[in-house]
Amino acid sequence: MTTTALNSYEDAVSRYEPVIGLETHVELGTATKMFCGCRTEFGGEPNTQVCPVCLGLPGALPVANRAGIEATIRIGLALNCDIASWCRMARKNYFYPDMPKNFQTSQYDEPLCTEGYVDVVVGGKDYRIGIERVHLEEDTGKSLHVGGATGRIHGATESLVDYNRAGIPLVEIVTKPVPGLGALAPEVAKAYVAELRDIIRSLGVSDVRMEQGSLRCDVNTSLNKPGEEWGTRTETKNVNSLRSVERAVRSEIIRQSTLLDEGTRIFQETRHFQETTGDTRPGRSKETATDYRYFPEPDLVPIAPDPAWVAELKAALPEKPSSKRARLREDWGISEIDMESVANAGAVELIEETIAAGSSPAGARKWWMGELARRANETGVDLAAVGATPAQVAALQKLVDDGKLNDKLARQVLEGVVAGEGDPAAVMAARGLEVVSDTGALTAAVDEAIAANPDIAAKIRDGKVAAAGALVGAVMKTTRGQADAKTVRELILERLGAV
Amino acid sequence: MSDLTTMSAAQLAKAIAGKEASAVEVATAHLDRIDAVDARVHAFLHVDREGALAAAADVDAGKVTGPLAGVPIAVKDVIATKGVPTTAASKILEGWRPPYDATLVERLRAAGTVMLGKTNMDEFAMGSSTEYSAYGPTNNPWDLGRIPGGSGGGSAAALAAYEAPLAIGTDTGGSIRQPGAVTGTVGAKPTYGGTSRYGLIAFSSSLDTPGPCARNVEDAALLHAVIAGHDPRDSTSIPQPVPDVVGAARLGATGDLSGVKLGVVKEFAGDGSEPGVLSAFHESLEALVKLGAEIVEVSCPHFQYALPAYYLIAPSEASSNLARFDGVRYGLRTGDDGRHSLEEVMSLTREAGFGPEVKRRIIIGAYALSSGYYDAYYGQAQKIRTLITRDFESAWQKVDVLVSPTTPFVAFPFGSRTSDPYQMYLADLFTIPTNLYGGPAISVPCGLSEGLPVGFQVMAPTMADDRMYRVAAALESAVGTLTPPTLEASA
Repeated sequence: MTTTALNSYEDAVSRYEPVIGLETHVELGTATKMFCGCRTEFGGEPNTQVCPVCLGLPGALPVANRAGIEATIRIGLALNCDIASWCRMARKNYFYPDMPKNFQTSQYDEPLCTEGYVDVVVGGKDYRIGIERVHLEEDTGKSLHVGGATGRIHGATESLVDYNRAGIPLVEIVTKPVPGLGALAPEVAKAYVAELRDIIRSLGVSDVRMEQGSLRCDVNTSLNKPGEEWGTRTETKNVNSLRSVERAVRSEIIRQSTLLDEGTRIFQETRHFQETTGDTRPGRSKETATDYRYFPEPDLVPIAPDPAWVAELKAALPEKPSSKRARLREDWGISEIDMESVANAGAVELIEETIAAGSSPAGARKWWMGELARRANETGVDLAAVGATPAQVAALQKLVDDGKLNDKLARQVLEGVVAGEGDPAAVMAARGLEVVSDTGALTAAVDEAIAANPDIAAKIRDGKVAAAGALVGAVMKTTRGQADAKTVRELILERLGAV
Repeated sequence: MSDLTTMSAAQLAKAIAGKEASAVEVATAHLDRIDAVDARVHAFLHVDREGALAAAADVDAGKVTGPLAGVPIAVKDVIATKGVPTTAASKILEGWRPPYDATLVERLRAAGTVMLGKTNMDEFAMGSSTEYSAYGPTNNPWDLGRIPGGSGGGSAAALAAYEAPLAIGTDTGGSIRQPGAVTGTVGAKPTYGGTSRYGLIAFSSSLDTPGPCARNVEDAALLHAVIAGHDPRDSTSIPQPVPDVVGAARLGATGDLSGVKLGVVKEFAGDGSEPGVLSAFHESLEALVKLGAEIVEVSCPHFQYALPAYYLIAPSEASSNLARFDGVRYGLRTGDDGRHSLEEVMSLTREAGFGPEVKRRIIIGAYALSSGYYDAYYGQAQKIRTLITRDFESAWQKVDVLVSPTTPFVAFPFGSRTSDPYQMYLADLFTIPTNLYGGPAISVPCGLSEGLPVGFQVMAPTMADDRMYRVAAALESAVGTLTPPTLEASA
C-alpha cells in the first residue's frame, strides 16, 4: 500500500508511456447453449435451464452448436481476421464450483480467428487496434455467496450456484498490445470497446449489453519510461461500462506511475475495478494462479469450416459501423468531430432510433449528447442505460416542437422520465409542466410585474424595448417557468404601448 | 443350475420369441443363479431384481419387441442407468442414481433386453484385475482365488458364472478383451466411435469404447449390432452404417477362411508371454491355417512404445475427466462441517472418495499436462500414437487382420501384481495398441494353460469390425467354446 500521494494523470503520462491490451468477452445470443440444447434466456429461475451436459453429470458429452461457431466466424470476419481451416477446442482445467466439470471448454493454441484489426478515431486521428485472436468458449455458472459482508466468497457462510449460464457460448476477443497512445490511451481503449460493441451489435449475434454482462471487458495496462522495455502488466477485471474502461486505464496509469516513482516493482496480478471510487484493487495474484493444464478437448471433433461457407458468411456481412457512420453523418449534417463524439459516447444507434421514432436529427443529438450524456457521466452509467429510451426522447422533442414544452421545462420532463415516472406526456401532465401561452392567464402576471417594477416599465414606455427582458424574467419567475417567454414579451410590450 | 442359464443369447431370444420360455422365467432363472453364486463370485455391485422382472413382464406382454427381446444382460457400472445406482466402483459416487440413460442403455431397452444389474470393475475402469474396485474384487469363476481380469472383470465373470448370457463392457486399454481372455469368454472392442460414449462415465475420452461381452462370438455380434451406430449426442460417434458383424460371425462359423491373410505381430511373438499362452496361440494359428487362412509375419515397430504412450494419454485425460467429482453437485461430500473452506471440502472429498490407483493416475496425468512438461510427455505420447496408427495402416497393406495373444498371462492370483503397478500394466501390453489406433479388436477363447483360459486377439481396420468377427467365429468353430466350472458346490 502506498502512503505517498498519487501522481496526477498529466504528470504520469508526461514521464511514462502506457501499453494497453483488451480482452473482451461477448455472450452470444444463440437460442441454445454451446454444447447442449438448453435455452439461454437471461433471468430464468435458478437451475431451470440445465441438463446432464451443462451440469457436467458423469457420462454426459458435449456436442458443438453450429450457430455458435457461425457467430464466432462472423465476428472474426467483421474484425478482419483470418479464419482457421482446422482447429480444436481445448480444456482449461481449474477447480471452481461454478464450473460443473471443473474445466472450461475453451480454445488455447488453435483459435478459430486470428490476426485482425479494428480502426477507431480519437481526437480526429485514426488508430488501428490489432486483434490477436477471437476464440470460442463456454460461460460458467454464477456463484452467490451468502452470509458474508462483502458478497465475496471470503467470510460467506453459504455459497449458492446457478448453472443457467453455464454453457452459454462466449466469444473472447483479445487485442495485441497497443503502445504509442500516450495520454490518449484511456480514450482509445474506450473507443475500441465502443466500436467493437457496435460491430458485434450490427452482426446481430449478441445484445452486447455491458450492464447485463453480455459484454465484459478486462483491461491490461503497463507503463514504461520512453526508450525502455515494456513494463509488467496488470489485468483489471470488473470493468462493466464504456466509461469504466476509460477510468480503469487512467487509474492504473496513475497508480503504477506512483509506484514506479517510489521504485516499487509492479506485480503481474489481476485487479478489480471499483465503480464507486474509480480505482482498482488487488484481486487474485497471478503468482498463486493455477496452471490450467490445457489440452485438446477429446470429446469434440475438430472444427473445420468449409472455405465456401466462410466466403458466404463474409459476403453476407452487414454494413460496417464506420461506413454507416459516414452515411449517417451526411444525413444528419454534422462534422466528423461531432460524429466521433457521438460514436465514442455510444450514441449512434440511440440517435438513429430516436430519429426513426420521429425526431429531427438535431433534436435527437441535442438530448443524447447534451442532457443525457451529462447525466450518464454524473451517475457513471453508459448512455444506453441512462433511463430514457429513443422513443421517449423522440416524444419529448415532439412536445418541444409543438410548443408544449420550452427547453427548460423539457429538461424537467426528461428528469422525470429518467427517474422512471413514465413517458414525457405523462410526466408533463403529472408534474404540471406544460407551457402556459393562454394570454388571459398571463395578463395578470404581466400587470403584476409592471406594477412591481415602475422604473423598468417607464423605460420601456420611453422606447427602451431591450429593458423588457427584466420584466419577462419576473413573469417567468412567478409562473415557475411555465409561461411561453415569447408570448410574455409580446404582452408586456402591448400593455406598455411599446408596439 | 437351470438350463435357461446355460443357453446362448441367440437361443434364448428364439425360445422367448417362439413362446417356448417366457421372459419372466428366463429373468427369474438368472436372478436365482445370481442369488446362488454371486456371494462367491461378486460379479454384481447392484442387482435390479424388480426392474428386471418388470422389463421381462413387458416383453411377455408384447409391449417390447426387438431382436434380443427378453434376453438378460449385465451392464458394467460405469454406464449411466436412469434411476439405478451407478458408481463406477468408486466410493465417490456411492448412491448416485443418474437422472438419465446412456444411449446404449436406451438401445438395449429398445432391443428388448432385460437388465439384471450393474457389474463390478476396477474403480473408474482403471485396472486389470478388479482388485481396485472400492467394493471388493470379483472372483474368477475358473478359480475363485484368481482375478477375473479388469477393468470389466464383473461383466466377464457374470458370463462365466452363468449369471447372464450377455454383458456390456468398456475398453480403454483392454478392459473388455483381457477379462474375456482370462474368464474364457468373448469380448469385443468396437471401432472407436462405432458405439456411443454418451452416458459412459469417462476415463479416457479419446480411448473409451463400449462393447459387447458374451459366451460365444455370434452372441457378441448380436449385441454389437444392437448397441452400435451413430449417436448425435456423441460428437466422436461415426456417422456411418454399422458393418454387418452378425453376418460376418455366421460366415466365420462355417469354418472357411480361404484367402484371409492373418498378420502375426512380430514384436508380440517372443518374451513377455507365458509359455502356456504362447503354445495355445500357436496351436490356434495352426487351426486357422487348416481353415484356409494365410499367416504373414508383420512388423509393427512402434507397438513397443504403446504402453508408455498409453500411460501418459489415458491418465492425462482422466485427470481432467475426474475433476468433476468434487462433492459439490452429487456423490460423496466430506468435511462439510462449517469449519472447512470450499476448497478443503473438495480436497477432503477427493481424498476420501478416490482409491489408490485412481489417485496415482490423476497425479501422473496432471503432471504430464502441466506447463513445461506437456511437450515432453503428453505431446510426445500423441506423436507415438500417430506412429502406432501408421504401423496399423501399413499392416493393412499386407494383411486383413492382425492376431496376437490377448494378454501375456492367464488369470493370476489376487495380490500378486498390486504391489508393482508396472506388473499390472503389462496385462494390457497386447491390447493397448488397438486403443491408441482406434480400430476394433476381439478376444476369443483359444484353449487352456494349466487349466485356465487363454484368449486369442484379432485386430481389424477401423470400421471393419466384421472382419474380426469372421476370424473369431472361425477359430471358435475349430477350438470350440470353453465351459467354466459350474460352481455348484458351495465354496
